Amino acid sequence: MSLPRVRIEKRLKQRRFLMVAVPLGSLVVAHIAIAILLVATGHPPVATFRRLFDAAYIADGALTNSLIAATPLAFTGLAAAVAFRMKLFNIGAEGQLYFGAIGASGIAILLAGQSTPVLIVAMIVGGAVLGAAWGAIPGLLRAFLRTNEIITSLMLNYVAALVLNYLIFDSLSYWRDTSATGLVFPQGKPLVDAATWPVTTIGSVAIPFGFLVAAAVAFVVWVLYTRTRFGFEAQVIGDSPRAARYAGMRTRRKIVAIMCLSGAIAGIGGASQMGDFRHVLDARGLQQANYGYTGIVVAALARYNPFAVVFAAFLLGGLQNAGYTLQSAEFPSGLVGVMQGMILFAMLGGELLVQYRISLARPVRHVRPQTESAS
Amino acid sequence: MNSSIVVVVLASAVAYGTPLLYAALGELLAERSGVLNLGVEGMMLVGAVMGFLAVQKIDGAKGVVLPLAVAVAALAGAVAALVLAFLVITLRANQIVAGLALTILCGAAGLSSYIANDFELATDPARYSFEEVNAFGLQDLPVVGPVLFGQTWLVYASWVCVVLVGLYLSRTRPGLNVRAIGEAPAAADAMGISVTKYRYLHTIAGGAFAGVGGACFSLALTPLWVDGLTGGTGWIAIALVIFAFWRADLCLVGAYVFGAFSALPLILQAKGYTVTPQLFQALPYVMTIVVLVIVSSGIGRRRLGAPASLGVPYVREER
Repeated sequence: MSLPRVRIEKRLKQRRFLMVAVPLGSLVVAHIAIAILLVATGHPPVATFRRLFDAAYIADGALTNSLIAATPLAFTGLAAAVAFRMKLFNIGAEGQLYFGAIGASGIAILLAGQSTPVLIVAMIVGGAVLGAAWGAIPGLLRAFLRTNEIITSLMLNYVAALVLNYLIFDSLSYWRDTSATGLVFPQGKPLVDAATWPVTTIGSVAIPFGFLVAAAVAFVVWVLYTRTRFGFEAQVIGDSPRAARYAGMRTRRKIVAIMCLSGAIAGIGGASQMGDFRHVLDARGLQQANYGYTGIVVAALARYNPFAVVFAAFLLGGLQNAGYTLQSAEFPSGLVGVMQGMILFAMLGGELLVQYRISLARPVRHVRPQTESAS
Repeated sequence: MNSSIVVVVLASAVAYGTPLLYAALGELLAERSGVLNLGVEGMMLVGAVMGFLAVQKIDGAKGVVLPLAVAVAALAGAVAALVLAFLVITLRANQIVAGLALTILCGAAGLSSYIANDFELATDPARYSFEEVNAFGLQDLPVVGPVLFGQTWLVYASWVCVVLVGLYLSRTRPGLNVRAIGEAPAAADAMGISVTKYRYLHTIAGGAFAGVGGACFSLALTPLWVDGLTGGTGWIAIALVIFAFWRADLCLVGAYVFGAFSALPLILQAKGYTVTPQLFQALPYVMTIVVLVIVSSGIGRRRLGAPASLGVPYVREER
């Protein structure tokens, strides 16, 4: 073994400039990798990128559409960030969002005669409650039976999707449109006009109400994690469960609480789907969108910082919007997924540079540590 | 009798359980070495698209092209897994995020779709596909004939793989090492086993199996290209590994049980019962959760537990 050994040591202090330089560098690396792929398959890279960014952020109405695509990702991203920060790997935002949509549309149908402000509050609460309830299942299992939450939350996504299908396609449920056409072509009951969430227009850009809600949620999460005892304890539990228990923190309660909070945020995302965009419990559309999984990418890109999540959601939302817009043209399909994956890979790789110091050490002979303690 | 709907459904449960079985065997190898690879769906799709591409573009006789296509699919899955292995083993990235990233990168709206689009794969059906082989002339036996002996080569090969993987993990020295690494990487390291090398090799082997699983779709079950044709099988494979208590033989049983559950509503509906198909479709997921709860509670943990280091990167300096 005379190769120079790469030494990787944990940094004791994280260097500030790296926290900015590494994400930017990752973006550059990812774009270079994608450019290579484009050239290798005979597409002009610069022109392709230009079309992509034009469709995402510059063209008429592009920003509006990008915000529409970004809104659910901001919610699911925040849901993932809240849980992942405590090392609770809730990958069930997908299912929790479905349940949020079920709750919000159910309450909107129930309160059909009410005014818009009442309906908005009711829908947010309804979405949050059902989302939290669905998130509580893996939380309770993890807290009391030590069951791995990654797999249970993943499995529950599929169960939630089947519940959604059952409500719309295989039953005459409260949510299904039971009018003549609704019986032939199964779909959800359309919500009343008063249940449509308002849009704020700045210049030519329409900002969905849900996006503002997401920004507010991001602020609340930030306060929770940086300014309250609850957030502090949650992070201690995440970093060192033993130390937390030794200090007398209520670990189990906190696990359930965080999973409920995560589920509630995803659930509000589902409510926003109903109020802002779909206005009908759209079983197929919600399942095809994969908001929950993309939200985890968003959270990871943002390094679980709530404000960065909103920004990352906007970036990825733009990409997705560009993907839809350019779908029909001779634009390479699948490029958007490749870009998302590449950017995330580059980020994950770059994370090593933030956390660790890498140095090349010359091969050292005969100096083996005598006392290698096994822990 | 062999054309009765029960037999037909059972036979299709075996056929549709096969891609699941391959993917689960691959995930089993990776998880036994301590790597939780959530990128199965992505690796399957890359395998599916590359296998399909190989069938369309390689000239030759059917008997040459098809095995070659399976090899290409395995290679594609292995390369995808290598990327993940580099990230999670060498760069110590979070396994969950990296696995999801792999699925997004390779998945239905990613690389597999990009490749299919670029080579215009969606326009034509596969030039060759695996067909049912009458094994030992036993296809005409009642019930078991069509279910067990009227399948494609991919199905028969999967049985061999189950035996090989099972024996490898339980009866060979390297297999013992893998299990040791999955349980206690620090102890294995102290024994002189290279944790890094083993994890790399088994993650990559897992990717190859997933690639073959994907090829089961594009070369046998639905021999044409549709984006996302695996339809979430990769995720079920992850569930199946748990359901099978991390054992190869039970993966086989589980794959067919899961296959049967998706086919069961059809039988019952054909017999005139009104059934809620979602109830049956949800059963594999619910059962997996139940199994996981049993495994993680007291009794189960001692006898059937998951590899203790599953999902935890091994950093020698931090043990």
